[in-house]
Amino acid sequence: MKRELPFVLVFIFGMFMLLQYFVPHEKSEWVYEFFLAWTIIIGIFALALGIWSLFKVSVDKIKMHRPGWGYSYVTLAGLFVMIAFGFTKRNGDAWGLYHLWWILGLLCLGAIMQVRAETNTGRKKMYFVVSLVLLAATVAISIFDNTWSFHFYTSEGLENTLFRNFFDYIMIPILSTMFALLAFFIASAAYRAFRARNLMATLLLFAALLVMSRFNPWIPGAEYVAKASTWLMNVPNLAAQRAIVMGIGLGVIATALKVILGIERGYMGKG
Amino acid sequence: MDFTTFLWMTFGVFVTLATFSFLYKDNPFYKFAEHLVVGVSAGYFVIILWHNGLVPNLFQKLADGDWYYLWLNSSEPWYIVPAILGMLMWTRFSREYAWVSRWPMAMYIGISTGIAIPLTMSTYINKQLYATMTLSFDNFWGHGGFNLLDPYSGLSNLIIFVGVISALIYFFFSKAHEGWFGRVADLGIWTLMIGFGASFGYTVMARISLFVNRIQDVDDWGKVAWNSTVEPNPNYSNWFLVVFWGMVLIIVVYIIKEIVQHFSSKSKAQTQA
Repeated sequence: MKRELPFVLVFIFGMFMLLQYFVPHEKSEWVYEFFLAWTIIIGIFALALGIWSLFKVSVDKIKMHRPGWGYSYVTLAGLFVMIAFGFTKRNGDAWGLYHLWWILGLLCLGAIMQVRAETNTGRKKMYFVVSLVLLAATVAISIFDNTWSFHFYTSEGLENTLFRNFFDYIMIPILSTMFALLAFFIASAAYRAFRARNLMATLLLFAALLVMSRFNPWIPGAEYVAKASTWLMNVPNLAAQRAIVMGIGLGVIATALKVILGIERGYMGKG
Repeated sequence: MDFTTFLWMTFGVFVTLATFSFLYKDNPFYKFAEHLVVGVSAGYFVIILWHNGLVPNLFQKLADGDWYYLWLNSSEPWYIVPAILGMLMWTRFSREYAWVSRWPMAMYIGISTGIAIPLTMSTYINKQLYATMTLSFDNFWGHGGFNLLDPYSGLSNLIIFVGVISALIYFFFSKAHEGWFGRVADLGIWTLMIGFGASFGYTVMARISLFVNRIQDVDDWGKVAWNSTVEPNPNYSNWFLVVFWGMVLIIVVYIIKEIVQHFSSKSKAQTQA
């Protein structure tokens, strides 16, 4: 029951979805859409596990005062404000007590963390009372302040100014800078990769240099270099990528068949 | 631009510089930016998946039902099943009942793999094979005359065909790479090397363009702070400069602190020696 039923389920659902692809009927399409929605729903519920894991790791770090524990507050604050902003929106132009609401919410979260982290009983009680007061204030504002409201079933929260600002001025700059950092680290990797030791390494070097010179207007014969680079990307590179993609495709199909037939069982975990 | 937007822009530049500071070494500014982006990204994806995944695929399907009937009176009550399965995933929180989470996991994997096989076969293999095999030798030497750099010429098509076949032969390990087979496999390696080189160069250029974009953002921020944009800002005030110098001060103070720390640790090491 614990191990056999999942194998049977994988086989039945896998074969069913595999075969329905070849049935050219609108009901088959409906079944496809229906089960696709299943995977989306189950996947999103599984996301809660990941968020819980992030929360628990951060809380444990604070509780144990592990190195860099203070930064876990930053992670938790980022997580909770983003969720709070995504479910709320102003009803008009006035902010009302909105900023006070989310700041009190964050302080409440901090107080709850302190309740968990504190070893002194007296201070633990004090933080508990503080967290209750802050929670009551947060709830009271959310009930009585009419300048903003919660939106769980409509996507108005996505238009919340603060949600958008957090995305535009925090998430995008940090993520793109992290990828931009690789421009520097890749330079040292390039030194090792680009040494022309044999024909193959020379081909690698030549192809990379040609692609990198593609948009450089100052090198001699820039027009021909750009043309050669475009040709290289669209012809020999295309051939290589096509062969790699076919290899990946065969690998995906082989692995999927192994999973459906119960040969590959890694997803079951232990126990 | 109003002052609030400028403050947000300033914070964006601050986290940009904080992240770039990792090039020097791991430091509190970088750690702050790193931890912040982890939390904000997680929160962002929760919201996006909620509004774009759960709402249209679950809540809207059950919207015409009533909670006190457990939505069984809705027009599509069967959508409760994946919700229940999804909740069964949470049995992972319990050591005793964690095995129950294998059922939804099994359905998820079964459905995903079942869908993946024909789709992968179609897009990753059939369409690639079709595109490779539908050879056209028209305009063999290039469109509009002799042009070897024409990627759509018949010659280029032939090179793609030979390249794909030789690279696939290189990946075929059931036969020893000897004789003519080995020579074709060698051609396959050369093709793959050109492909890897091009991918490497392309990645480098993508990172460089991201870097340029970040620098442009910092530059734009400086221009807004000094009101030297093409169109002068009607909402400009001296507070813009106060924020600008505040940020410069933070950077300068940190650099001075690092220099002092560097020399004090050096002199301490010399004293100990």
